Amino acid sequence: MTRQMTGAKMVVQALKDQGVNVVFGYPGGAVLPIYDEIFQQNDIRHILVRHEQGAVHAAEGYARSTGKPGVVLVTSGPGATNAVTGLTDALMDSIPLVVFTGQVPTFMIGTDGFQEADTVGITRPCTKHNWLVRDTNELSDKIHQAFHVATSGRPGPVLIDIPKDVQFANGAYTPPAKANTGHYAPRLKGDKARITELADLIENAKRPIFYTGGGVINSGPAASQLLRELVDATGFPITSTLMGLGAYPASGKNWLGMLGMHGLYEANMAMHDCDLMIAIGARFDDRITGRVDDFSPDSTKAQIDIDASSINKVIHVDLPILGDVGHVLEDLLKIWKSRGRKVKKDALEKWWGQIDDWKARKCLTYVNSEKTIKPQYALQRLEALTRDRDRYITTEVGQHQMWAAQFLGFEAPNRFMTSGGLGTMGYGFPASIGVQVAHPEALVINVAGEASWLMNMQELGTAAQFRLPVKQFILNNERLGMVRQWQELLHGERYSHSWSEALPDFVKLAEAFGAKGIQCRDPAGLDDAIIEMLEHDGPVIFDCLVEKHENCFPMIPAGAPHNEMLMGEADTQDVIGAKGAVLV
Amino acid sequence: MSALHIKKGTSKHSAYDLKNPNADVIETHTLAVVVDNEAGVLARVIGLFSGRGYNIESLTVAEVDQKGHLSRITIVTTGTPQVIEQIKAQLGRIIPVHEVHDLTVEGASVERELALFKVSGTGDKRVEALRLADIFRANVVDSTLESFVFEITGTPEKIQAFAELMRPLGLVEVARTGVAALSRGA
Ligand SMILES: Cc1ncc(C[n+]2csc(CCOP(=O)(O)OP(=O)(O)O)c2C)c(N)n1
Ligand SMILES: [Mg+2]
Repeated sequence: MTRQMTGAKMVVQALKDQGVNVVFGYPGGAVLPIYDEIFQQNDIRHILVRHEQGAVHAAEGYARSTGKPGVVLVTSGPGATNAVTGLTDALMDSIPLVVFTGQVPTFMIGTDGFQEADTVGITRPCTKHNWLVRDTNELSDKIHQAFHVATSGRPGPVLIDIPKDVQFANGAYTPPAKANTGHYAPRLKGDKARITELADLIENAKRPIFYTGGGVINSGPAASQLLRELVDATGFPITSTLMGLGAYPASGKNWLGMLGMHGLYEANMAMHDCDLMIAIGARFDDRITGRVDDFSPDSTKAQIDIDASSINKVIHVDLPILGDVGHVLEDLLKIWKSRGRKVKKDALEKWWGQIDDWKARKCLTYVNSEKTIKPQYALQRLEALTRDRDRYITTEVGQHQMWAAQFLGFEAPNRFMTSGGLGTMGYGFPASIGVQVAHPEALVINVAGEASWLMNMQELGTAAQFRLPVKQFILNNERLGMVRQWQELLHGERYSHSWSEALPDFVKLAEAFGAKGIQCRDPAGLDDAIIEMLEHDGPVIFDCLVEKHENCFPMIPAGAPHNEMLMGEADTQDVIGAKGAVLV
Repeated sequence: MSALHIKKGTSKHSAYDLKNPNADVIETHTLAVVVDNEAGVLARVIGLFSGRGYNIESLTVAEVDQKGHLSRITIVTTGTPQVIEQIKAQLGRIIPVHEVHDLTVEGASVERELALFKVSGTGDKRVEALRLADIFRANVVDSTLESFVFEITGTPEKIQAFAELMRPLGLVEVARTGVAALSRGA
């Protein structure tokens, strides 16, 4: 049975039927009918952000910390264009979002109407798919299809553009079970023969490594569980990308830490020297591979991924397995166990001996100070004081982000939200808001740099309005630290525009919004200050004044292979070739 | 164990040289892509090629199944084998895409293109143009005392060859449809 209702009502009805209970949004002329419907119901909570970019990042934080799609509602024209950075971010990091935009009425499309923008045109390259719905009768089908597309296969953001007349008009509503969601149905099961081949490789590997990524987390909690089982049962070492942190616990005994440009020495060396690399839900991003023709030269490479375009894009893979990580790991474990759970014990022992030698270099060592707070030290203390809490971490982008990945331990998936693929400064604060909305009782901390944080600082209004006790832990070096580091290493210490001039007084800024501000500059007072932040029941800006010219190590300079890492200041003299300087 | 210190200038290659990993072999492939005939689908396909820096040599599109609202896009593209594989995988990711066929590798196929040629001239040149058109089985679809419009179908190579012959005989304008292609057999 179909019910007649207005397009605007359909949006709200479809959201309810999809199990949505939170929408992040900002109103405007072209979505007023939908806002009117939101006003007249209580099932769906609307979080009013202060900028549409904030809405999308908040929805990303919500999605990544829950595994459910994040929902956004914004107006036409500037509302839609403000959402573009968030959409691109979500596309790069495979985050499921359903974004609704208002549009001028169908009869005005193409006339340069007030607040008209070609939203589906602008967002075509930064969504997994998008729709302009011109007929109210098609609206509910499209919304249900949108949820299906956003959440199946490799997840991603989708957008539905709804002209205002379509919102006002009446049409037939189709519930999800009856909706036509199109032919899109990515294959979940992997090829059995290939999985068996992988089991065979596992049995014969002498220097194996698991290289895992965000795909494990996107596949769902069961995939992380299966991964843990497989790693522990085989005894193989495991490393992960920034996006995959938490799928295997940082306290797990096979954990090598993050790999890549600022990854751990032992992780990168093991990737370089391994004889079997098993990539799981990871896409050989350039931050991971370094110089591609020297990437892990002697290994057989297997890759499990649900997206065919992620296989053989950058690195040649010997054994590709197309399928969902959870499904493939389940089959792999079954097959490997049924063949007698074999591994090359002696060779593995030798391999671990080698890895332990690499670990002994203690690549995260830094020179601490009693006078100034080292950013690494600040994060070590934050870790020590929050490790046992129900904790979610978001970050901005820069040195602090890499230090957070190095110095904080993630024990579970969906606990670390960071902008990996796009590297969007301004992501972390709104993302922390989205996480807190999803987990009201949890401790949510955004590890930030002062420059990134200022990019979406207006969201302090949102945190204050909705009483979201997010903790903004700003490692304030008064520098665009990561830019400054590159200028130091690659541009002859010419620090072109990498200062944070005219910074606000963060304590007063917090107070101006009715939040709490804390400033700390003394290492001796750091613990107490952090505890004060944790104990405050409300949003806090923690202005942690840190060493200004600290560099983030280890570092694989752009254009170098994995086994040529810079380990600390002493390694940085004259290190980067002219070719490296043109890379980002 | 490997060196930790990098000497200036030793970093030769990087992920940024990916565009052309085996720059030696550039292949031409004809792809047939079956898509939902919906608004914007062509823009998605073209946007993929321009956004990722792939080549389009020729592209044709038309609805082929009215009931199922399906269109067929035939694309002739060039690239290294790895890039061709990427193109196919990327096309497969577009939501309204149902099927991607690489006619160049999936057994034998036939390719045809239609072209219109306007050739103007008088006297011997006009006679010679008509004679060559006959050899190429081109039809005259319009004629004035000083010009012909020829219609020709064939492989892109045949059409190219005809164009070369017409040029000295007064070729003034060409319109080509681009390639339509099907695999042979049942
Ligand atoms: C929107 C955006 N603009 C520019 C950049 C380039 N960028 C990368 S890191 C960085 C500096 C970040 O400074 P801050 O947030 O203070 O972090 P720090 O590196 O000092 O820890 C810049 C400008 C970016 N990633 N995102
Ligand atoms: Mg900074």
